[in-house]
Amino acid sequence: MHARVLVTLKKGVLDPAGEAVAGSLRQLGFEEVRGARIGKVIEIDLGDVPQAEAEKRLREMGQKLLANTVIEDFEVVL
Amino acid sequence: MRIAVVTFPGSNCDEDAVHVLRNVLGVAAFKVWHRDTQLPAGTEGVILPGGFSYGDALRSGALARFSPIMGAVRAHAEKGGPVLGICNGMQILVESGLLPGAMLQNSSRKFVCRWVGIQVETLHSPFTRFYQKGQILNVPVAHHEGCYYAPPELLAQLKAEDRIAFRYQAGDNPNGAADDIAGLLNPGRNVLGMMPHPERASEGLLGSEDGKALFVGMASAWAGRAA
Amino acid sequence: MSGVVDVKLARSHGLTESEYQHILDGLGRVPTLVELGILSVMWSEHCSYKSSRRHLKNLPTEAPWVLQGPGENAGVIDVGDGQAVAFKMESHNHPSFIEPYQGAATGVGGIMRDVFTMGARPIANLNSLRFGRLESPRMRFLLGGVVAGIGGYGNCMGVPTVGGEIAFDPSYDGNILVNAFTLGVLPSDRIFRSAAGAVGSPVVYVGSKTGRDGIHGATMASEEFGKESEEKRPRVQVGDPFTEKKLLEACLELMQEDVIVAIQDMGAAGLTSSSCEMASRGGKGIEIDVERVPRRETGMNAYEVMLSESQERMLMVVKDGTFERVRAIFEKWDLSVAVIGHITDTQRVVIKEAETVVADLPVGLIVDDAPSYDRPQQRPNLEARWTLPNLAPGGLGPRLLGLLARPTIASKRLVYEQYDSSVRAATIQGPGRADAAVVRLPDLNGAPSATQKKGVAMSADMNGRYCQLDPRRGALLGVLEAARNLACVGAEPKGLTDCLNFGNPEKPEVMWSFVECIHGLAEGCKALGVPVVSGNVSLYNETEGRAILPTPSVVMVGLIEDVTRTAPLGFADPGDRILLLGRLDRLGLGGSELVAMETAELLGRPAEPHLPEVLATHRAGIQLVRAGLVKSAHDVAEGGVLVALAESCVAGARRFGAEIDLPGQGELLARAFGEGASVIVISAAPERVAEVLAMAKGAGAEITEIGTVGGERLIWPGHLSVSVAELHDAWANGLGRALAAV
Repeated sequence: MHARVLVTLKKGVLDPAGEAVAGSLRQLGFEEVRGARIGKVIEIDLGDVPQAEAEKRLREMGQKLLANTVIEDFEVVL
Repeated sequence: MRIAVVTFPGSNCDEDAVHVLRNVLGVAAFKVWHRDTQLPAGTEGVILPGGFSYGDALRSGALARFSPIMGAVRAHAEKGGPVLGICNGMQILVESGLLPGAMLQNSSRKFVCRWVGIQVETLHSPFTRFYQKGQILNVPVAHHEGCYYAPPELLAQLKAEDRIAFRYQAGDNPNGAADDIAGLLNPGRNVLGMMPHPERASEGLLGSEDGKALFVGMASAWAGRAA
Repeated sequence: MSGVVDVKLARSHGLTESEYQHILDGLGRVPTLVELGILSVMWSEHCSYKSSRRHLKNLPTEAPWVLQGPGENAGVIDVGDGQAVAFKMESHNHPSFIEPYQGAATGVGGIMRDVFTMGARPIANLNSLRFGRLESPRMRFLLGGVVAGIGGYGNCMGVPTVGGEIAFDPSYDGNILVNAFTLGVLPSDRIFRSAAGAVGSPVVYVGSKTGRDGIHGATMASEEFGKESEEKRPRVQVGDPFTEKKLLEACLELMQEDVIVAIQDMGAAGLTSSSCEMASRGGKGIEIDVERVPRRETGMNAYEVMLSESQERMLMVVKDGTFERVRAIFEKWDLSVAVIGHITDTQRVVIKEAETVVADLPVGLIVDDAPSYDRPQQRPNLEARWTLPNLAPGGLGPRLLGLLARPTIASKRLVYEQYDSSVRAATIQGPGRADAAVVRLPDLNGAPSATQKKGVAMSADMNGRYCQLDPRRGALLGVLEAARNLACVGAEPKGLTDCLNFGNPEKPEVMWSFVECIHGLAEGCKALGVPVVSGNVSLYNETEGRAILPTPSVVMVGLIEDVTRTAPLGFADPGDRILLLGRLDRLGLGGSELVAMETAELLGRPAEPHLPEVLATHRAGIQLVRAGLVKSAHDVAEGGVLVALAESCVAGARRFGAEIDLPGQGELLARAFGEGASVIVISAAPERVAEVLAMAKGAGAEITEIGTVGGERLIWPGHLSVSVAELHDAWANGLGRALAAV
């Protein structure tokens, strides 16, 4: 089973790289861009695990290591 | 006094910390491998040095906090033993929860290495007790993720509890850290994390000796109360 | 890729028809695909130096203190008390143009591996960079990426980047230069080399696993850039400094024990060049089974494994029976380690894939029989450019401010603050502080030492404009400037490494300038008594037929006996007297920054250096700094003496004005902004001036008092009066403004 964990910066935490990307997009003519936030995608190969169990384990992974929950949120996509 | 300097894979300021303690101050210092589970008998202080532990994978310090030695470091801190995290060491302390808050990329989005002036904000810690309050220390910074982040409640608490050890001088904040914080203490005041490098500012020949008193304070704090 | 080996496939591998014929004759049969791959990379310009080999012999390489000259991974010189330093510079120009971050990062990684392969702990990095016009967004992207890549790799390794040089010229618009230098320290009796050991000894692979990175990167580095280079992107390697840091520590740990017989970095052309070179240098054969090579990807064939340029890998020959010790250390550091073959007495390189032989080549054919060309040379009409333009007289103030803001002259703080310059607690003069970088040597084990008195000084120099206008004189001036910079920090020059960056050597005028530059380097090194101990050649730096300026970059390494006695470039105290060492009337505007600024052209002949005077100036500079008589020393280089004075006013820890009177009666602009060899601006306390004068004269040098430090302005009565604030603003913000202006 393959899963993805999406890690994003919490709202309100400064993301200078995201702001730079938004600025560049606007310069390239995408004037509608109001903002950009940069996150991480972690692709995980789980082997043979039942879906419910996988989801629970992935949440633990997110809490324990993949995201720093002081500044980041995460989402599990199976 | 015996001080253990932990070498994680990717640490690169471990030698420098040992050098200042041993060669400049004459304090017994030795390196400890991150996979060890115990601090050597007689350890009185621990330094988590600068560098790029685990290549800064995921987030600076995120993987090092799970190194086997960290259990012993935490136990040492809980007993009141002094623990100093410098640069990547501070990032590890924050990731491991020994210090609150989080570290973000510098607001410039670039690595920054330069000399900065930091102001001593409290004398109530083993590390800062030999300074004057308000004293300006000349020390280098060298980091990419040095922007200290704390939500407003936490910032208020750090201030109320006098736990901000060092602040960058106004206008000289190299990374955008909240409230110009360059170093902070845990509630027990025996764990200090700081982004600037006092070990690179402990010999006049290298441009400053202002960092020396920090190590002298740490080394004499817990004398005889070995782990 | 078709499996049929024929002349067409050989050409697509960068071999000429006659080179392919040479292979057919040498082998007496058609090579296999793997053999063709091996021969094509080993016979590439990058690996075989086929256009340059015969000319490099003109460089002086010997001195009593040379422990290892050119031909190994790095050169080594003795610095006394049981210590030696290993150093080398290498180019990563083409990869950096394609992917600046990774190109520059892997360049830095590669040169550090070259140095620690010798058994040395790297203690200092420098770099020499050339970019085109910053008006182009692409050029700004390249500059940003290269700087971030150099920092990204060096910072993570914990090796300080302590100095370097950057210059800008339109000739680099299509070919930037990224030359990386590393210096390391080792015990003088424990140098590791690459010559294969006893027959039967195991060949051990350590480091990262092998993937399909940069296959044929070495060939790419020798091809002229064309439109299709964008398609070559996947050939660029990705660097992993974390793995290299572990590899460094593991190698140095193993080197404490009596295990390694030979060691060779897997750099360009990876396993191919490392195995062939080991066999060749040892006069032995080697047999490798590619099935045993640790891999990151599945389904790789022998061709790919042999030609992969995956980074952070080493090949070693170890003593029989010691492999378990090797394994223990590398596994401790979480690195791959495997025996992949053994040394033979056949003088053949045999590659097996399990039991199938996929290549079987005589070492002699690969290395000794590699082509060597005496390419035609043609002297261009240099004289056509030697007439100086008529510049409007006067206007020293605006011209000075204009020069200070030129990206080549302005402060490089925006760049060097991205490099960790103080890790290892040994940087005494870091970037921007003095004319040369100064680092205290560590103890015998490579650890920082508080009692160590000795240090090394390093300076990277070369002016491509001078070399274009007069290649021989230009290269000579570059060598002299490096030595002058060392003199400014009190260092005696001891050795030099070079990185010869040129255009297409098949063009006779390029080839002529290459040969002339080598003569110029040789002349300078001989005059100074400095041996060339290592180096690198990068040719085909052309895009769409436009070559770069000839740029034979050098880094000179000097020794300081007492690191408490060096000098910064900035003035120290008001009231100090300012003096000039050397003769100002020897300088001129040929090829100068002033002419470039005002005409956007390369014009004039660079000023001729008068070697006995130059040597006397250096000698005086070294003696004065070592005696502690001067408080600052700064060489006159791009922009001339007024720029040097302005920099001494604003680049130090504190800023000062100065009042001066330049000697001589010549043309005002030439006196103010002339360039050339042998002038140094120094400052000294008034009460020490008599001693300074006596010591300089004793060393045979010309010396002139020209003024006093102090005040809020730089003043030359009747000619110039500019505020310190204006000088500082132009110099400190020049590069930033050039980067911000669109």
